[in-house]
Amino acid sequence: MENPSLLEMRGISKRFGHVRANDGVDLTLNGGDILGLLGENGAGKTTLMNILFGVYTPDSGRIAIAGRPVHIRSSSDALAHGVGMVHQHFHLVARHTVLENLMVGQSGRGIRLDRNFILQRMQDIEQRFGLHLVPGARVSDLTIGEQQRLEIVKALIRGARILILDEPTAALTPQETEGLFTALRAMASQSMGVVFISHKLHEVMAITQRVVILQQGKVAAEVLNDGTISQRRLAELMCGQEISPPSKSSAKPGAVRLRMENLRTPGGARPSLKGVCLKIRGGEILGIAGVSGNGQSELADVIAGMLPPAGGILEINGKPVPRYTPRSMQALGVGRIPEDRMGTGLIPALPLSSCMVLSRIQEFRFSRCGFLKHAAIRRFADQQIESFGIKAAGHQVRTGTLSGGNLQKALLARELAWNPTLLLAAQPTRGLDVAATRFVHQRFLELRDRDCAIVLISEDLEELFALSDRIAVMYEGRIMDILDIQTATVANVGLLMAGVGGSK
Amino acid sequence: MNEILSQIFQVGFFAAVIRIATPLVFGTLGELFAERAGILNLGIEGIMMLAAMSGFSTVFFTGSLWLGVLAAVLTGVVAGLVMGLLTVSLGLSQHVSGIGLTLLCSGLSFYCYRLIFGQPSTLPAIKPFETVALPVLAEIPIIGPILFNQFALVYLAMLIVPAAAFVLFHTPWGLNLRTVGENPLAAFSAGVSVTAMRYQALLLSGALMGLAGAFLCMAQYNAYTFGVISGRGWVCIALIVFGQWNPWKSAAGAILFACIDALQLRLQASSAINLPYQVFLMLPFVLTIVGMALVSRNALAPAALLKPFRKEAR
Repeated sequence: MENPSLLEMRGISKRFGHVRANDGVDLTLNGGDILGLLGENGAGKTTLMNILFGVYTPDSGRIAIAGRPVHIRSSSDALAHGVGMVHQHFHLVARHTVLENLMVGQSGRGIRLDRNFILQRMQDIEQRFGLHLVPGARVSDLTIGEQQRLEIVKALIRGARILILDEPTAALTPQETEGLFTALRAMASQSMGVVFISHKLHEVMAITQRVVILQQGKVAAEVLNDGTISQRRLAELMCGQEISPPSKSSAKPGAVRLRMENLRTPGGARPSLKGVCLKIRGGEILGIAGVSGNGQSELADVIAGMLPPAGGILEINGKPVPRYTPRSMQALGVGRIPEDRMGTGLIPALPLSSCMVLSRIQEFRFSRCGFLKHAAIRRFADQQIESFGIKAAGHQVRTGTLSGGNLQKALLARELAWNPTLLLAAQPTRGLDVAATRFVHQRFLELRDRDCAIVLISEDLEELFALSDRIAVMYEGRIMDILDIQTATVANVGLLMAGVGGSK
Repeated sequence: MNEILSQIFQVGFFAAVIRIATPLVFGTLGELFAERAGILNLGIEGIMMLAAMSGFSTVFFTGSLWLGVLAAVLTGVVAGLVMGLLTVSLGLSQHVSGIGLTLLCSGLSFYCYRLIFGQPSTLPAIKPFETVALPVLAEIPIIGPILFNQFALVYLAMLIVPAAAFVLFHTPWGLNLRTVGENPLAAFSAGVSVTAMRYQALLLSGALMGLAGAFLCMAQYNAYTFGVISGRGWVCIALIVFGQWNPWKSAAGAILFACIDALQLRLQASSAINLPYQVFLMLPFVLTIVGMALVSRNALAPAALLKPFRKEAR
């Protein structure tokens, strides 16, 4: 008989209400494997892994680890069976030290906390996998990459042989991602098993040996990553349809929609703008690139009317801005897709219909003399839900229950309903899956071709290059340079992002 | 003026400070364990009241002070269990549950007292705890009579502060408790049962609050009156903010409060200052507010305080 595989999941099913999150999923993981788990948002990847980690109990199905059937009812069961998980949102105590975070849940080793035991294990893990941490550092002082390393070490210290990583590279810099991959390869070479969940296809291609693709709770395909499969093919398997890059016609720039001259904002806790000059015309998309924290959020807040400038000129449609409030900006025709979908954009506790009219509620068609016109609001919401293909059980559902992609569609539906002449979009596809991203991009391009000006702030260079007509690079509160899309290269933009070169 | 000062700052004054501080220390530490696990136990005022009543009645009928202490502690534990059912198992609002529990417990204590004692013309009284002079230690000049000629429960309070600090910061249980209060998800994913930790914290919290109630009617006074707690529970909640959720600092806060309280008692008794006595009564509370305003500017409450935890929440 051959060796049993490290992990076998057979016929795993789990329902939430009437949604089948997992429907008879089979998954096999061998020692030394790095397995990619792909799927759209809501395809059931995270549910499946949460079942393996004991967060959810499956409605049916069997799990065997190293050939022995197991029942995983809690995360301590999972840890006892050698299953460790690094969640997308870290489970760390920010105020505690690295060491304290590693000691949580250690029991049965005397009445006192056993610091030396953990320190020894930390050293051991550093030697085996190259994962270095400073035991006395506070988690709140660590970078995202270091916090993730801590999560991995936490799992390894508990003796994990199977490591699940949920969207591990979402917030990492390219260098940090490379470091992570080195550690993962070290784990695989020591016959551990790794499950790598990601949206980023090129990373899945780079690190995994085998890819399982989930679609609507079922395994849609399982492919060997042996160099014969393309990124494009993976994307198609994921969505169940052909993906073509958005087609872009050449820009037909119209009238100047926004002009900034030497615009400055007060300093203080936030980075300040130190004299920004920009000009955007109708019918073009201006991409704003930059490492986060170089003034992009402030630029967005100024255009949104949330941050009054300290000096300089800001004109919209050729007229100076009379007052810096979100409402007056709106009245000037500025639509806004904020970075923070759930806080600034939509209100999770409100029903979807209310969120869809929030910014326009003072309009005569939605309210009269301070009273809401509920029927009109509902009609409008239903109409937008349908025309934007928002997956929601109706206009009355709590907005917070929607998935990321549907939240973004709802925001778009609200902001595009009144034909803005200038659209401000900050990180519009962050965390969205391939299909939702494509939807957003398609809408942006349509809008541009209808003579709207779009300011696209993004950290995703691929997105900027696909959509923008010109790319402005921000560094320390200034525009380093504005490049034409025909002549711009990634290397070029990368250097400007680091503050090298430029016209200023 | 000198005369007043020398009248006030005598050995007896400091011994009184320690006595006044003792129930506050018990209550504060009780509340501290609950809050460190993420539960604001606003039941404290009522729990202390009900525990005082049950403890006092037990002593009245059995004549055994220690049996009374036990009854008070058990009362606190049961009340902590109720708080756990409401806030941990059912995940209800901690503010509403706590205030409800205080109203329930205080009402229940008045009701039971009436049932048991009726409306006696003279206040039923017990023979309270007597001070125990610790051998050798009590002989030390000044410190001896202040610290080591006290009630047994005072010695217990003195031991409980370092014990609480040790448990919180140097044991796995304490680390798990603090983690549950900061980020329950982190505790959960490390295999710690958030529910069990929070229940344990609440039971311990109730037991300590029970001790506070027992001390008030069995050592500080020898009778149970409806005003026996008179806001001390609320003071404990303020003291935790003042002490930044640290057992040592919170106990220091209790002693500071007790100082001011003892001082106002002396000032009331002294004929040198002619002011309505209510002004003096107000003093400790006014200074509590001032102290809180000064100290708690950068207070860091446990991050998960007031947040219920549900495992399968999506």
